[in-house]
Amino acid sequence: MGRIRSVYLLVPLILLTFVSLFLGLKDFPGQARQIIALSRLPRVLSIILAGMSMSIGGLIMQQIAKNRFVSPTTASTVDAAKAGVLASLILFPQASSLGKMVVVFFFALAGTFLFMAILRRIKFKNAVFIPLLGLMLGGIIDSLTTFVAYRYDLIQNINSWLMGNFSMVTQGRYELLYLSLPLLAVAFLFAHQFTIAGLGEEFAVNLGLNYNFIVNLGVTIVALLSALVIITAGRIPFLGLIVPNVASLYYGDNLKASITATALLGSVFLLAADLLGRVIIAPYEIPIGLTVGVLGSMIFLFLIFRSEGR
Amino acid sequence: MIELRQVVKRYGDVNVVDHVSLAIPRGKITSLIGPNGAGKSTLLGVMSRLIKKDGGEVYIDGQELSQWDHCLLSQRVSILRQQNHVDLKLTVRELVSFGRFPYARGSLQKHDWELVDQALEYLKLTDMQDKYIQHLSGGQRQRAFLAMVIAQDTDYILLDEPLNNLDMQHAVEIMRILRSLVNVLGKTIVIVLHDINFASCYSDYIVAMREGRVVQEGDQDLMMNAQVLKNIYNLDFAITEINEQKICVYY
Amino acid sequence: MKATVTDKRKLQLLAVISLALIALYVLVGLNADNWRYALSLRLPKTLAIILTGAAIAYSTTVFQTITVNRVLTPSIMGLDALYLFTQTVLVFFFGSRSVLFQTAHINFFLSVGLMMVSASVLYRFLFGGESRDIYFSLLVGVILGTLLQSAASFLRMVMDPNEFLILQGRMFASFNNVNTALLLPAAVVVIPILLAGKGNLALLDVLALGREQAINLGVDYERNVRRLLTTVVVFVSAATGLVGPITFLGLLTANLARELIRSYQHRYLLTASILIGIITLVGGQFVVERLFNFAAPLSVFINLGGGVYFVYLLLRGSQS
Repeated sequence: MGRIRSVYLLVPLILLTFVSLFLGLKDFPGQARQIIALSRLPRVLSIILAGMSMSIGGLIMQQIAKNRFVSPTTASTVDAAKAGVLASLILFPQASSLGKMVVVFFFALAGTFLFMAILRRIKFKNAVFIPLLGLMLGGIIDSLTTFVAYRYDLIQNINSWLMGNFSMVTQGRYELLYLSLPLLAVAFLFAHQFTIAGLGEEFAVNLGLNYNFIVNLGVTIVALLSALVIITAGRIPFLGLIVPNVASLYYGDNLKASITATALLGSVFLLAADLLGRVIIAPYEIPIGLTVGVLGSMIFLFLIFRSEGR
Repeated sequence: MIELRQVVKRYGDVNVVDHVSLAIPRGKITSLIGPNGAGKSTLLGVMSRLIKKDGGEVYIDGQELSQWDHCLLSQRVSILRQQNHVDLKLTVRELVSFGRFPYARGSLQKHDWELVDQALEYLKLTDMQDKYIQHLSGGQRQRAFLAMVIAQDTDYILLDEPLNNLDMQHAVEIMRILRSLVNVLGKTIVIVLHDINFASCYSDYIVAMREGRVVQEGDQDLMMNAQVLKNIYNLDFAITEINEQKICVYY
Repeated sequence: MKATVTDKRKLQLLAVISLALIALYVLVGLNADNWRYALSLRLPKTLAIILTGAAIAYSTTVFQTITVNRVLTPSIMGLDALYLFTQTVLVFFFGSRSVLFQTAHINFFLSVGLMMVSASVLYRFLFGGESRDIYFSLLVGVILGTLLQSAASFLRMVMDPNEFLILQGRMFASFNNVNTALLLPAAVVVIPILLAGKGNLALLDVLALGREQAINLGVDYERNVRRLLTTVVVFVSAATGLVGPITFLGLLTANLARELIRSYQHRYLLTASILIGIITLVGGQFVVERLFNFAAPLSVFINLGGGVYFVYLLLRGSQS
């Protein structure tokens, strides 16, 4: 199969960035510059970063769990992060975003490790069983969160917070996402190691790799990335699941080759979904969590049926 | 009588059963033999309406399958397939009593229970009739299901590899029971068998299949022939006679 | 037989408990001044809850019998989400001020009709072709549920972005917001089918043996399974319309009944699961309303317990 160079993905990325920046600006003559600086640019940047973060997070999860359908959404990372948001709202209502972010990160980390621990105990590695288990585990964490949220009368609050949405992203409210840049850099550096770890513990150890270190590093990066995105933009379901799968259709499973494409594709997809949500009922907006929820679950279904067909 | 005319079953574009015409003789044991994937089990499934055919006709006592009333047909033909995994809290006796469903629709009369008892006795299950079927060994469970089919008291009994999971002693026992069902009660049995020597020793009529077609059919004298078997299995056979039974060796 | 004697005792006990809980729920807190008003509120609500418990328990047990497994349930396969989606689509196309939406009856029956069409697709998925891997069916069901939920929210948002949350609350029932207007149509549909269900008991026992055994024993498999699946769809619609989705209630009641009852017979299994359904909902609602003072709706607790139980079933199933 002739592989498409990943750089070609830069074309739609740049194109969508421009559309996203300038769409509908002519309705506000004279204020264009201000709008771009305060609202549009932060929005586009945060979408690009969030798209990269979620898809790279999913890619790493899929490698270390050795399952195509595992991602932050299907490994209870996101649900645990949601519990973390609630905890930070209750325990440290005055804390800064960074402070909240730390709490959310620890919850996300705990949730993911819990899932990984269960994963290690079961011998039965059916391809669709693992994501099912992760979703259900996430469901339990979610009902606990809901219960506590009801007690503290925060249910409305947490639901609106977590509905993935970039329309609230303005200057001063997204800069935390820049923290994902060093994390993504680490992910790129260790891409090859993640691939080897994905081939199995014995295989990795045989090649002189510190297997546990790599797995723990991977999980930590994923939890950090998820926490960052949740805090700044909210839940973006299934993004981490579908993007790496679609990318691997064209770029194969060697992380070194596919990681760039996955990152770019994540941004492109999210930018497109965001634009869609802005256009459909303009001047109103549909939160990106909903748009991606609909698109993402359809693509996920397609991927499951495709995997069964083979 | 069971009669098949030009029966076809397709999976994708492969004819798993490819225009098979066949007449099953009454009051005899007919064995279906052939290599894996020859379409034996599929053919048996079509015959018993478990599998929908894509063409042709199956006549049971002169009436096409689709014309039969479901309930009346189940008083005429019974089928037992290979996998009988039932995850239910059922005792052996309860399972066997299901064989009376076509007649009693769930409320069994004295006469029905008598037939249940007979079937249990026939398969030597009376001692374990109150055991739960999950707790039985594979062979015992197989016998319990066979007892259910016998309680169903049909003229035709179709069996798909009933000797799987059975040790030799039980396999022989089952074949003897089938023999006596035919000899004493006049049943007609069609059975898919893997072991050619079982087919040779216990059946009256053998039908050999390969790639969805019937290659050859006849009594065991005709079929237990080195050339015929080579035709079916692509393997060299040596045939000897032990106690007036033809046995083949093919290692 | 001995087993059936103890089973009968257990059923009697369950019946007594449910009656006691119903009495408790209806009567506690009444006094000479408020009884007229309180009863006018409580009675319809109690009836709705009883109807829901019975409908969910019955439909889940039947569904598990025809699919021959203990983990699949209509809710997990996304049927409640489908009902809510259907309703949303109706409102989307006819507008929230139209007769269709205003009259609970018409909306309900239309949704049920649309559900039946969709159920035939479900039938083909579950029973068409070769038997499917159960985990595959489960995952598809779960994702389908998510898809329908997001699609429904999406449509609501498109309909009216300003009133999104209000619309959400007004359109859909929950335990704190029981849709008593649906009580009559739901009762008219559910109760006769439940009573007529007596004729199905022996049939269900045979269907529990699996498709091949059922056909062998003379059951017109396709016709009967279609018919039963239609019942399931109607019941799920009624329950979801009355109190909203409760994903894991069916899983809990059907499996508790199977644990409790020693016999395989649906005579006992169905009765037990219906009673357990009523006990869970009425008792649960009593506890939640009086002890937690409406802190959280009952469905949150049921989904928490049911989720844990579901994961347990998954892990247990994966061991064997």
